[in-house]
Amino acid sequence: MMPSNNPYIPFSSKVLEVIKHTEKEYTFRMAFEGEVRPGQFFEVSVPKYGEAPISVSGIVPGESVDLTIRRVGVVTNEVFEAYEGENLLLRGPYGNGFEVERYLDGECVVVAGGTGVSPVRGVVEALAASATPQDKHVIVGFRSPNDLLFRDDLARWENLVDLILTVDGAPEGYQGNVGLVTKYIPDLPLRDPSTAQAIVVGPPPMMRFSVKGLLELGLAEENIWVSQERKMCCGLGKCGHCRIGEKYVCLDGPVFNYTQSKQLLD
Amino acid sequence: MGYVLDGEGLDGLVRELARDYLVFAPVRKVGAGRFTDVDQVIYDFVDDASQIELDVKSDYSFKELLTPLSQTLFYYTEDQVREAGGIGAAGDPAREGDARDVLVLMRACDLHGVKRLDAMYLHNGPEDSFYRRIRDRVHFVLLGCPQTFEHCFCVDMGSNVAPDNWEFSLERSDEGYACAVANESLRPLFERYATASRDVVPAHVTQNEVHVRVPKTVPLELRTSPVWDEYNHRCIGCGRCTLVCPTCTCFTMQDVAYTENGRVGERRRVQASCMIDGYSTVAGGASYRKQHGERMRFKVLHKVYDFRQRFGYDMCVGCGRCDDVCPEYISFAACVNKLSDAVDEWDAQHEGSVARDA
Ligand SMILES: Cc1cc2nc3c(=O)[nH]c(=O)nc-3n(C[C@H](O)[C@H](O)[C@H](O)COP(=O)(O)OP(=O)(O)OC[C@H]3O[C@@H](n4cnc5c(N)ncnc54)[C@H](O)[C@@H]3O)c2cc1C
Ligand code: SF4
Ligand code: SF4
Ligand code: FES
Repeated sequence: MMPSNNPYIPFSSKVLEVIKHTEKEYTFRMAFEGEVRPGQFFEVSVPKYGEAPISVSGIVPGESVDLTIRRVGVVTNEVFEAYEGENLLLRGPYGNGFEVERYLDGECVVVAGGTGVSPVRGVVEALAASATPQDKHVIVGFRSPNDLLFRDDLARWENLVDLILTVDGAPEGYQGNVGLVTKYIPDLPLRDPSTAQAIVVGPPPMMRFSVKGLLELGLAEENIWVSQERKMCCGLGKCGHCRIGEKYVCLDGPVFNYTQSKQLLD
Repeated sequence: MGYVLDGEGLDGLVRELARDYLVFAPVRKVGAGRFTDVDQVIYDFVDDASQIELDVKSDYSFKELLTPLSQTLFYYTEDQVREAGGIGAAGDPAREGDARDVLVLMRACDLHGVKRLDAMYLHNGPEDSFYRRIRDRVHFVLLGCPQTFEHCFCVDMGSNVAPDNWEFSLERSDEGYACAVANESLRPLFERYATASRDVVPAHVTQNEVHVRVPKTVPLELRTSPVWDEYNHRCIGCGRCTLVCPTCTCFTMQDVAYTENGRVGERRRVQASCMIDGYSTVAGGASYRKQHGERMRFKVLHKVYDFRQRFGYDMCVGCGRCDDVCPEYISFAACVNKLSDAVDEWDAQHEGSVARDA
């Protein structure tokens, strides 16, 4: 396919591997050589069905990006028909993404729920590889033990950072933590909450209550970062659908500092 | 520098211009209006001066030329994606298979509107290739405005005097027609058709009947104020106000399959409206701003506040078309004034606390 400068024309990318986490959530490892950072997203394009914005959940620089997709509707259903060796059409990467360096030095808290783990997966990898992994606290929540994503990563992170893995509910006899992510925030062993950085990504109510918990713990608003999801059609600051006030989530986000995101009213 | 033309002169001028350019101008479509006995003034290509409607405001703006109602982005086949040609593609600016540049006749407010379209399509994120292609082939002719039309509030929006991006101007005068010519290369043409030359300053409106006061700041608290509540039942969410607006730019992608199996087809973008159901619908059918009052807030704040926060000037150019077209007789202008009153009231109530915070 001819490369194009036209930002609306998708490029073709090979599916290198399909990793099945649950019935409804697969990771598609896609060939991609360009620059990309955690928290950015691609528009996955299936002609006839449309496009869907999907966060980058993993990066092998110069080689591939992972897209972890939850099957929920027209486009995502179609993407699930793609097999290894086939091609998908992509546009991107779009959005600002996380400035990973910001979180490496001091204390840091990551709170992520469900598919919200995707955009922070690359950040957590960097935290695990930092000089002070013991100062990095990662709270990850899923609906039930069957809904876990990235099981291998979770097992690995367990030994590197301070990981709290929890599920909202579980059948009797389940050995792990049960409860919402917010339950674990008040007991975080932070030495100096006022300088700690935090990242919160997940469904809107989970983000709201997690931020509340972090503020109560003494974190500063300007040290809290959230990633927003909104309806998107273009990813290019043109179609208008993702606008909230003066901000375009596709250009100015999806990662926002809390001091900004608290001003955003749909 | 300017010229005076009689009817015959204008005819000749337009006919000659229409050889080199596509001429896009307001035209009257008889009986096409909201009620069968009402005419509608819309934009269309003309090759004759008699087709041009000089005396009233167009019901719809010029914007379809730059942002078509529906525009093909690419064609797809089994194993290929091919950028669309046709309208908007290199060589085909405005009319299928016609490579000529376009002259668009428009009033001062609409010329200011172009600046807003440029801001979104050329400067908000990466440049839009489709818009760029058409935009580069469009040149403007200013239609002078000797007096205000109904619902206009260009003076208060600061868009009554045209920006300097026009080639020449055109308006009626005692002698017939008067034109100021800004593009020197057009002077020989005017010399041929003019009855006289004299200084011409394009007429602009200095007084509207409608006055609008835009808010300087809008506290977050007022985004959920009762100002918006009346529109929950008054507004029917038809989206006509955004369709006629020269500064509304939103669109939605749409895939169209030509074959049963869907392997061959095209992706289009079609104009969208934040006032219509579905604009913010995400997976599983969830949506923001279900209430029409919330949509009114989203639109109005964008026009007179949010856009300014981002680009430094207001989005609305005060053309009044939204108020001309609303089937429920909702006045955008009145809404903005109510908002400003609410802001004043809020400021008065919070004066003390604002001072304390500062
Ligand atoms: C920045 C961003 C990152 C995202 N990252 C992921 C991810 O990593 N993994 C994942 O599984 N999902 C992610 N989503 C959500 C995903 O885009 C939607 O689930 C998907 O668009 C649903 O498309 P569908 O056609 O299958 O669903 P349907 O319900 O059939 O269609 C929903 C319609 O809404 C449109 N739409 C546009 N934006 C959104 C949105 N934000 N949410 C839902 N629908 C949207 C779709 O294009 C479609 O037209 C992300 C969304 C955003 C905005
Ligand atoms: S909001 Fe109304 S008055 Fe303002 S530019 Fe749009 S149509 Fe014209
Ligand atoms: S304000 Fe009027 S024109 Fe606009 S959507 Fe509501 S009813 Fe329709
Ligand atoms: S997704 Fe189109 S403007 Fe942001």
